[in-house]
Amino acid sequence: MTVLDTKVVRLTTDEATGYTMFQLGSFTFRRDDYFAHISWPKGNHIIEIDRFLRATVRDIGWGFFYGWIFFDDVFGTTNHYGTVDVFAGSYDRGCKEAGIDFLETFHAEAVAEAFQAIAQDWISVGYDPLNAPLETGSPIGSKGPERTDPLLRAFIAADRMLGLPGDKPVRTEAAGFPINRAFADLDYDSPDIECAAGFEGQLHAINLFDHIARSDVTWNPSISAVAGGNICCVTSEEHMLPVIHGNDRNEWFIQLTDEIHWNIADKNTGAPRGRIVMKAGDVCAMPADIRHQGFAPKRAMLMVMENGTPGLEARYASGELKPYPVDFG
Amino acid sequence: MAYKTKTGALGSYDKGVIELDDDLRKYAFSNIFEVAGAAQPYERVAVVQNLEYTAEVVRAEGESPWYAAPHDEFAIVMDGEIAFSFVKLEDDQLPSHSGGAVRLGAKPNGPPMGKITARRGHQVLLPKGAAYQLAAASPSVALLQTADGPETVKRWAEICVMKGE
Repeated sequence: MTVLDTKVVRLTTDEATGYTMFQLGSFTFRRDDYFAHISWPKGNHIIEIDRFLRATVRDIGWGFFYGWIFFDDVFGTTNHYGTVDVFAGSYDRGCKEAGIDFLETFHAEAVAEAFQAIAQDWISVGYDPLNAPLETGSPIGSKGPERTDPLLRAFIAADRMLGLPGDKPVRTEAAGFPINRAFADLDYDSPDIECAAGFEGQLHAINLFDHIARSDVTWNPSISAVAGGNICCVTSEEHMLPVIHGNDRNEWFIQLTDEIHWNIADKNTGAPRGRIVMKAGDVCAMPADIRHQGFAPKRAMLMVMENGTPGLEARYASGELKPYPVDFG
Repeated sequence: MAYKTKTGALGSYDKGVIELDDDLRKYAFSNIFEVAGAAQPYERVAVVQNLEYTAEVVRAEGESPWYAAPHDEFAIVMDGEIAFSFVKLEDDQLPSHSGGAVRLGAKPNGPPMGKITARRGHQVLLPKGAAYQLAAASPSVALLQTADGPETVKRWAEICVMKGE
């Protein structure tokens, strides 16, 4: 695997729309009123701009997450934890058969810098791709004033558990995180902690639902509790996951409230396998050989259990570990 | 618009559907409340397995045995109210097995650390170095984030959707 030692380049700025074109390696990125246009030496691809920007900011915010992030069936990234593949058509049968698939590998920092530069230039005041569509404006049209507040936020990663002294805080009203409109009907009390003298700070509990209900982003998990490689992530989901995720390991979904519909497809070819509808209390594995995309008709609380043990991606890729988690005997 | 958030409970839950052209065992689809309803009190039934790590469903009813683990564990109350009592373990009482909870023969000698009473949506730290006991006046449900251990109960074929319905 050749890693290109290159950085993002700003190309021309379109006089009509005000948006700048960017280049990373052999890929160029251009936008107009409605679409992002991605070009590479053998092909071109078009993505609706709202979807492209929603995917871009999450891909950066997640640190490219685990495995494959498909912006759509054609374009996306693969995380190698230090380096990142940017691909077009590499996992799409049509592109493969047409011989127009293309992939380049970069240092992760270079891809992050490129995506941040694109997002900064292509996102104007009034539009926030981390919010649900009902809660934000539109990216359609010519360039307006650039946002000066952070485009990326809220990927909170607890070291041990949210709210512990010295660890990441839970979201609160005072910190500017009101309960989201979609969860306003729940009661949010606090756990009762009676600590014996001498053990202050050693007993700990939080209202996790309160923390999730105050999230000001969607499809953007935060880590609430960690024991070794055992990672508990929580997130609020509304509308659609703006990427298709192909994991490099098994992961698990636990539906805490409401429901999410998941479309499941083969990871390598994109061929549909069917759907899963998860309702409150349901638990389901996402095997390592699929790609999945979620749809939440109402804002929902989801827990994701990940195994963050370093090097797992290589053990799954080599076939040492099965792409599904449970041995039924 | 007034939204209605749907949660589940032991006696009231809707299960989703899994419609796939694939071996459904690969997805191990189950429901926490269904699993808890069929389990004995304080059986720790695995509903998540990530290699050595698990998440285990517990139906809390009355008092549990005392448990300890060689690492942090976490509990999320999914239904009802559960009281967690803690006792500090001395160095020679610390569990020496590799992972997961182990059942103690009795309440360990050691200083009481206190108690946490948690309800739906609360997440509780079960800290390394402490023994803990759960108690519930009425049937309640918790999900334990832990590791595969001596108390882990695996009955995947009974709890998972095995074929299309």
